[in-house]
Amino acid sequence: MIKACKDANEALARFKDLFVKPVFSGFILKGDFTVKSLVCLKQVPDTETQIKVMPDGSGIVTDGIKYVINPYDEFSVEEALRIKEKMKAGDVTILGLGPDRVVEAIRTALAMGADKGIHVSDDALLQADPYCVAEVLAAVAKQTEFDIIFCGHRAIDDDLGETGAILAELLQIPQVTLVTKIEVAADKKSVTCERDVEGGKEVVESPLPCVVTSQKGLNEPRYASLPGIMKAKKKPVDKKSLGDLGVTIEAKLKCANFTMPPERKAGQKFEGMEPADVAKTVVGLLRTEAKVI
Amino acid sequence: MSKVLIYGEVKSGKLKKSAFELASEGRRIADALGGEVGAVLIGPDTEKYAAELAKYGVDKVFLVDGPVLETYNSEYFAQAMAGVIKEKNSEIVLFSHSMQGKDLAPRTAAKLGTAVIADCVSFRLDGTTLVGRRPMYAGKCFSEWSATGTPQIASARPNVLETAEVAKAGAVEKITVEIDSSRATYSTKELNLDTSGKVDLTEAEIIVSGGRGMGGNDYTLLEEMAGTLGSRATVGASRAAVDAGWRSHSDQVGQTGKTVTPNLYIACGISGSIQHLAGMGSSKVIVAINKDTEAPIFTKADYGIVGDLFKILPEFNKELKALLSE
Ligand SMILES: Cc1cc2nc3c(=O)[nH]c(=O)nc-3n(C[C@@H](O)[C@H](O)[C@H](O)COP(=O)(O)OP(=O)(O)OC[C@H]3O[C@@H](n4cnc5c(N)ncnc54)[C@H](O)[C@@H]3O)c2cc1C
Ligand SMILES: Cc1cc2nc3c(=O)[nH]c(=O)nc-3n(C[C@H](O)[C@H](O)[C@H](O)COP(=O)(O)OP(=O)(O)OC[C@H]3O[C@@H](n4cnc5c(N)ncnc54)[C@H](O)[C@@H]3O)c2cc1C
Repeated sequence: MIKACKDANEALARFKDLFVKPVFSGFILKGDFTVKSLVCLKQVPDTETQIKVMPDGSGIVTDGIKYVINPYDEFSVEEALRIKEKMKAGDVTILGLGPDRVVEAIRTALAMGADKGIHVSDDALLQADPYCVAEVLAAVAKQTEFDIIFCGHRAIDDDLGETGAILAELLQIPQVTLVTKIEVAADKKSVTCERDVEGGKEVVESPLPCVVTSQKGLNEPRYASLPGIMKAKKKPVDKKSLGDLGVTIEAKLKCANFTMPPERKAGQKFEGMEPADVAKTVVGLLRTEAKVI
Repeated sequence: MSKVLIYGEVKSGKLKKSAFELASEGRRIADALGGEVGAVLIGPDTEKYAAELAKYGVDKVFLVDGPVLETYNSEYFAQAMAGVIKEKNSEIVLFSHSMQGKDLAPRTAAKLGTAVIADCVSFRLDGTTLVGRRPMYAGKCFSEWSATGTPQIASARPNVLETAEVAKAGAVEKITVEIDSSRATYSTKELNLDTSGKVDLTEAEIIVSGGRGMGGNDYTLLEEMAGTLGSRATVGASRAAVDAGWRSHSDQVGQTGKTVTPNLYIACGISGSIQHLAGMGSSKVIVAINKDTEAPIFTKADYGIVGDLFKILPEFNKELKALLSE
């Protein structure tokens, strides 16, 4: 495999790809014991968006949609920054896949304090399923130094909630999902995480590198400061195509027939009644009419 | 050959209700395709659950056990699951979109080179292709998904698929899967489970939810109502209540909380923001109690009560107690 490399880093990444498998540059290059985080960030429609389906059912109408960072990915950015601040050393890289508008979301994360961005843009990604997305994220990860990869536990738009776990499997590293607390060990070789399980919490310890998926409760993300926004303009955002990464993707899932949910209409409204009367009436209706109690 | 395979999730020494939902759905699919339904149980001492699964249409129950399978671990359980799928050549595999399912299904799928059609609320067949209908944007729209290859792996939202008793053999087969325990994974240090038996929001049949209108962290009126309504009822909250610190994050209903589909959702002092409605709009029946007649929640409520929740809830609790003790 002889191919021109754009820079020394890329050459090194290729070299390692060829000779050491599976390889994580995190293991090999890390002599300084700083924590390097790679945050996978998806740009999603603002939660205020009224979703409309296209007449042919092929997707949603995207005109006029305002995009924001997936809220769970915001938790990830914040947590990566806190780890860096706490350890007093580290590096936070933001990785986003998608059209050019995604750069805006990456810049916002840089304005919060992240160090650099990687934007993978390719038409093939528009309808990529989570497996394909994870393949691309993995390809980038293999060329990047990292100890922790952060994903959101779900993206609030397509909401499959599986990219993080697939990514971890593709990289053959542990996944710690639905995380609400992270503590990096002093030797920086492991993390202790608290994660949501049904009806409680689990505390796990994972060796690094690993994939962590963020859950609500992890932290309160900061806002970008004005100086932060100014600085972000000068931070590097690397643009890559699938060709640059040497990945070709093949769809595992496909989707079609978008429809609106059945319209919910207001039912009966009870106003100006005595509390005791209205309670009796509604409880009665729940039993006899709605049959839910 | 088992055309359809389901994962049977066990919690606190009991099969979860979702296992019966999956078994019933698996039965419907297998009957349409002409094939058998298999169920996988992972971990020690699971044979005792086979008979219950058989009642819901499971032909064969596959047991996998081993030294690293004593407690749930995504890597080892996914290896076990992928092992059975390969050995049995399963064409369709169903998981629950529960907390554990969300962790296990994608890792299993990735081991088999595919992804999960996650969080489906219904299934149909298009020839031999499984088509899952699933909400997107937290229920603001729906779409239909299918896999391009085999196995076709999907997960179902708990509490949505109908259970149906169809007695089958449920013959038990022990399967040995070589688990590679050298693969890096986490280890469990502590497991703190709520032993009150409280049902998780996503699996509750009735949710009594309180918002900013609760005015503080005293949710006694709601806890009392959920208590009266039984073990399948629980208490939820809006983000305003969670952000105020009145309730824990895991109680939040909405686009950035939990998407829920109970039979009955009772919203108390919740205005009905777009993010909240997205999370609970697919509830079968919605009751709203709010003192503002203009509150948007009333546009979605089947039964809207305009009034002060502090006056109405005590009466509601009285009525419920009287009715349910009959
Ligand atoms: C018009 C249109 C058509 C589509 N068609 C298909 C289709 O045919 N088949 C299909 O499977 N999907 C399709 N998708 C959806 C697809 O692009 C999903 O975004 C993708 O499958 C990932 O799933 P998810 O968003 O649910 O991610 P989740 O698994 O919920 O995401 C969890 C986390 O993964 C990371 N992540 C996810 N996406 C990205 C990203 N782009 N960049 C960086 N990090 C990311 C983030 O950390 C995120 O928090 C379509 C989307 C659109 C808009
Ligand atoms: C990115 C993003 C994500 C979000 N995600 C979510 C989410 O997942 N879930 C969510 O819930 N919100 C979410 N929100 C917040 C959402 O926009 C609303 O702010 C929130 O839902 C409001 O909560 P509420 O209805 O409890 O409070 P309010 O809107 O303040 O409503 C309180 C209601 O209580 C009524 N009331 C007051 N006192 C009484 C009384 N004594 N008796 C009867 N009624 C009374 C009032 O009339 C009012 O209608 C999100 C917002 C953003 C920006």
